[in-house]
Amino acid sequence: MSDIDTHLSGTAFPHSEAPLGDVILETRDLTKHYGGVHALEGANFTLRRGEHVAIMGDNGAGKSTFVRQITGVEQRTRGDIIFDGKPIHFENPMDARNAGIETVFQTLALADQLDVPDNLFLGRELVKFRFGPFSILDYKAMRQRTLDALEKTGVKIPNIRGTIERMSGGQRQCVAIARTATFHSKLTIMDEPTAALGVQETAQVESIIRTLKEAGEPLILISHNMRQVMDLCDRIVVFRRGRICANLLKEETDGQDVVAYITGAKTQPEYADAA
Amino acid sequence: MAETTHGTGGLAFDKSKRSWPNEINIFFALLLIIGIFEAAGQLLPYMNGQSFLFDSQGRFDSIFNEQRLRIIILQVAIIGIIALGSTQVIISGGIDLSAGPLVGATAMIVMSFAQTELVNGNPNPKAVFGVWAMDLPVIVPILVGLAFGALIGCVNGSLIAYTGIPPFIATLGMFLFARGVSRWWTEGQPVSFPTEQFAALGSGMMPVFWFLSLAVLFHLILRYTLYGKRTYAIGSNEDAARMSGINVRRHKILVYMIASMLAAFAAVILSSKNLTAQAGMGQFYELYAIAMAVIGGVSLSGGRGSVPGTVLGAMVFGVIQSGFTYVKLDAYYQLMAMGIIIVAAVVLDKWRQQRAAARA
Repeated sequence: MSDIDTHLSGTAFPHSEAPLGDVILETRDLTKHYGGVHALEGANFTLRRGEHVAIMGDNGAGKSTFVRQITGVEQRTRGDIIFDGKPIHFENPMDARNAGIETVFQTLALADQLDVPDNLFLGRELVKFRFGPFSILDYKAMRQRTLDALEKTGVKIPNIRGTIERMSGGQRQCVAIARTATFHSKLTIMDEPTAALGVQETAQVESIIRTLKEAGEPLILISHNMRQVMDLCDRIVVFRRGRICANLLKEETDGQDVVAYITGAKTQPEYADAA
Repeated sequence: MAETTHGTGGLAFDKSKRSWPNEINIFFALLLIIGIFEAAGQLLPYMNGQSFLFDSQGRFDSIFNEQRLRIIILQVAIIGIIALGSTQVIISGGIDLSAGPLVGATAMIVMSFAQTELVNGNPNPKAVFGVWAMDLPVIVPILVGLAFGALIGCVNGSLIAYTGIPPFIATLGMFLFARGVSRWWTEGQPVSFPTEQFAALGSGMMPVFWFLSLAVLFHLILRYTLYGKRTYAIGSNEDAARMSGINVRRHKILVYMIASMLAAFAAVILSSKNLTAQAGMGQFYELYAIAMAVIGGVSLSGGRGSVPGTVLGAMVFGVIQSGFTYVKLDAYYQLMAMGIIIVAAVVLDKWRQQRAAARA
């Protein structure tokens, strides 16, 4: 039983007319093997500036593996990644963030006992006075930039000095997403940002994603929610058993069609070797 | 609810939403325990109405019984220094069981470099090394001690960070190893007769001075530096810290090194105060230090706690020890009471956290 929502087709939603820019991210033959398990095989993928692309596929299809290679969480087995015109080799997630790729992970990468500014600036704290590990933190600047970022993304948090453990799932997700706005990223990747959220909280996260679209910031969205994908994205890339099996423009497809690709009922001719 | 989760605005820091600091609770608990002892002093027939903390017999130029206050803080000062290190280790999500034996081993080593050549005109009967190690400047034994502490902490931290074994196991191994070192160093013989300079480090109220100075220093470090923020972050969510690009391994090694250096410094002060070092020194210190931190609100699951909390935890410890002596109850009741208090502190803290989470 797949958890993909098939009841809604996205054709009712108007798609964005914003012109797309040049290529911001390209992968060629991107491959990851975990020992004998071929989690990702020969993925060729492009993303343009201002474009919102959804990655869909059943559980274990290679979606998260694909993202982990791009964000430096894992090291690829083979293949090239070209980001912002340059081939890249990220050693760790920090390299990717420094290069401008911001990721909202499936498991929220938030520290529960810290407050909002602490979490936004986790790993790249602002300091007043640099002295190795004993550098003095600049709390005031971090708080101010946090407020700016929350305002920019339209996130409302009652008290930014409250710890994350006292926040709702939606507020937590918003904090995670607000990170992207704080650091002016060139590419945002979200791995199932609304999977654990209620209806209202999902709407809030989706409104932030629209804000990113209006600002022309490119996005890769991994989601199982067909309505959401059709509503928010320009293009859908379908993964199946570690390979890309379809690359569909939103206006040329619908929910039933995408599900056919996900389940293996259909495969685009150019990806025939994936079947 | 819609009002609080949607739209912009309302971002200002709202003082009324600020949570009640845990340290206040511990402070009230401390006052409560003092109150119980005061009441016992008034009610128990054999106490003759003596006060616990107040000067009821006009012995001091103060409303307080200064002598008792001094003893309370003096007897927890040295273990308190170790507790400052335990606090950091526990906040980072670890535990350090090796601090007590490390105190013993470090005391033996430090004292060997702090000996004086002539005792009442005769050669030092407890000399460990030759004349070259006699009457060295006081900085030498201190640096030797801190270096040994740093080495032990580095081994602890590296084992935990690179082999992934639980901190409990790594420091349990070091617990036995360090106790072995302290016995092997002089084959069980005590090391005595330090230089005057060295003896001055821990004389009188000096341990209290070191404890409070280090407490202020490490409070500022934990609160206002990158080191502090990352220690909390790692204890709070290690995966998040790693994904955020924090070098978790290097940071853990640093935390264990600082904790062991604090334990080593405690050994310097303790051996100076006692004017001798013995292989069995520091027994149970690691557990008392952990207990002080835990009473002070440091969470064993990591990410939560503070130096002021631990200082208050140490004071609770001192008040109970002193209070049982004051009401003339034997030491075994003290141990029973401490056991109950440690468990009660954690249970209360857990309830408090659950209630706070339920309110959110």
